[in-house]
Amino acid sequence: MNPPAPLEVRHLTVAYGEKPAVWDVTWSAPPGLTAIVGPNGAGKSTLLKSALGLVPALSGEVRFFGRPLDTVRDRVGYLPQRASVDWDFPATALDVVCMARYPRMRWWGLVPRRDKEAARAALAQVGMADFADRQIGRLSGGQQQRVFLARALAQDADLVLMDEPFAAVDAATEAAIVAVLRELAAKGRHVVAVHHDLGTVPEYFSSVLLLNARVFAAGAVQDVFTNRSIAATYGARLAVLDEASVGAGAVGA
Amino acid sequence: MTLQDFLMLDLPPLLAAMLAGGTCGLLGSFLLLRRESLIGDALSHAVLPGIVLGFAFTGARAGLPMLLGAMLAGLAAVALIAVVQKAARLDPGAAIGAVFTTFFAVGLVLLEVTGARSVDLDLDCVLFGQLETLVWTEGRDLAALLDPAALAALPRQLGLMAGVALVVAVAVAAFWRPIKLACFDPAFARAIGLPSRSIELALALLVAAAAVAAFEAVGSILVVALLVCPAAALRLMTDRYTVQVLGGAGLGALLGAVGYALAGPVPAALGVDLALNAAGVIGTLGGLVVAAAALLRPRRRPAAAAITA
Repeated sequence: MNPPAPLEVRHLTVAYGEKPAVWDVTWSAPPGLTAIVGPNGAGKSTLLKSALGLVPALSGEVRFFGRPLDTVRDRVGYLPQRASVDWDFPATALDVVCMARYPRMRWWGLVPRRDKEAARAALAQVGMADFADRQIGRLSGGQQQRVFLARALAQDADLVLMDEPFAAVDAATEAAIVAVLRELAAKGRHVVAVHHDLGTVPEYFSSVLLLNARVFAAGAVQDVFTNRSIAATYGARLAVLDEASVGAGAVGA
Repeated sequence: MTLQDFLMLDLPPLLAAMLAGGTCGLLGSFLLLRRESLIGDALSHAVLPGIVLGFAFTGARAGLPMLLGAMLAGLAAVALIAVVQKAARLDPGAAIGAVFTTFFAVGLVLLEVTGARSVDLDLDCVLFGQLETLVWTEGRDLAALLDPAALAALPRQLGLMAGVALVVAVAVAAFWRPIKLACFDPAFARAIGLPSRSIELALALLVAAAAVAAFEAVGSILVVALLVCPAAALRLMTDRYTVQVLGGAGLGALLGAVGYALAGPVPAALGVDLALNAAGVIGTLGGLVVAAAALLRPRRRPAAAAITA
């Protein structure tokens, strides 16, 4: 029997107010590196956040490695969008990476040396060892993204959920992220990443989920990442707009 | 000024001002870092109806019922702000503004209706505090500082303030790391299983408690100055979290001490016939400290480009 999927969602529906963002999604992430692709507002980030319990789901079930999140939290890492925090916060790059290891520490006192070393190793892995003691607001956007990546690495999780890791980064950061993804895959770890650059999907990822509120296609990149399925995923919105404009025209006429 | 004068007349208000400043200065950094300074403002006012009801039920200015009433009012205000924000789809600032002014106004009305005002909870003391009325009748000499019977005669407001300060200090120390992460990245905190929501709620409760205790010392308006000014000044001076948080507490206590001293004892010692409202001086000093920090800018703030890039 195959081991359970790193992440599996069944009939997941999430809505903000009255607008459904994720609609009856049933999907399981295959092992390795997986991209979630779809147009803006397609519910990609919402799917990740809902899986982690950060936004409430209207219905559905989420399993990590076949179990509820609470029992396997230490096996699941998270890389939020860079824009989700205030980078002017009084903290150094090392402080931020150490946060990954808070669940392993007491809630007060100094950070144990063991955890500090793990955090420094994670910073070195993303090429940020020299910036450990710099205040995070004095880093470039790409460097900030690498600090977040280092924090996700320092969690030492079997599965890392990444929300737009490549958003607005420089070439050096993009190369560093790709190197990290390959190292993770080589170690048998799994990644599910929200991704917006269609051109690099085949190069960076082995599997893909095409999402636009509903699942349009899912599977190995070479099988399902076709022009036809991409057009269907991105065109769904256009088709809806067409209907709406026809309706508006009818009223106006 | 004799030692006896100091012990009887100056020590209690000085301690109350320092404890109020230190407690509010400590919590103020968390509010500032969470960009919720307005919540402190809201809570310090929204607790008024709870204080008045606590007073009305017991008929006396007992510390605990008023504290309890204030905590309940604070909780109700936080919950109502969330509801108004969702139901009316208002922007957070508007929801907070609508709720806390309403609560404060209801408190003022209750003050009249319950007759609390006629006894000794009057509007002036609600707005401006009553530091100068804290006296220690048994403080005749230094030996009184070690005499339990004499210590029992210390003003009860001072006991309440000290109790709240202790609880806040212990809570902040014991939950140091979860609070830090709840300030920087609450979503990540929840993703890794830290009780981020409970921490946020507990912080609101501590702010409400600090506001009540400090409200008797400096009044409901200037509680806001103590919650905002020390934290804001430190934010302009340091990039280190520990310095920000502990420095905020220290600066708050210092503001309380210096403000009280400048209002009465210092002019008196100099022979100047000038007695100022201590709360007013403390608040003014707070504003001046922030202005000085902003003008000097010891901390080089990052270029805007680095934040947006």
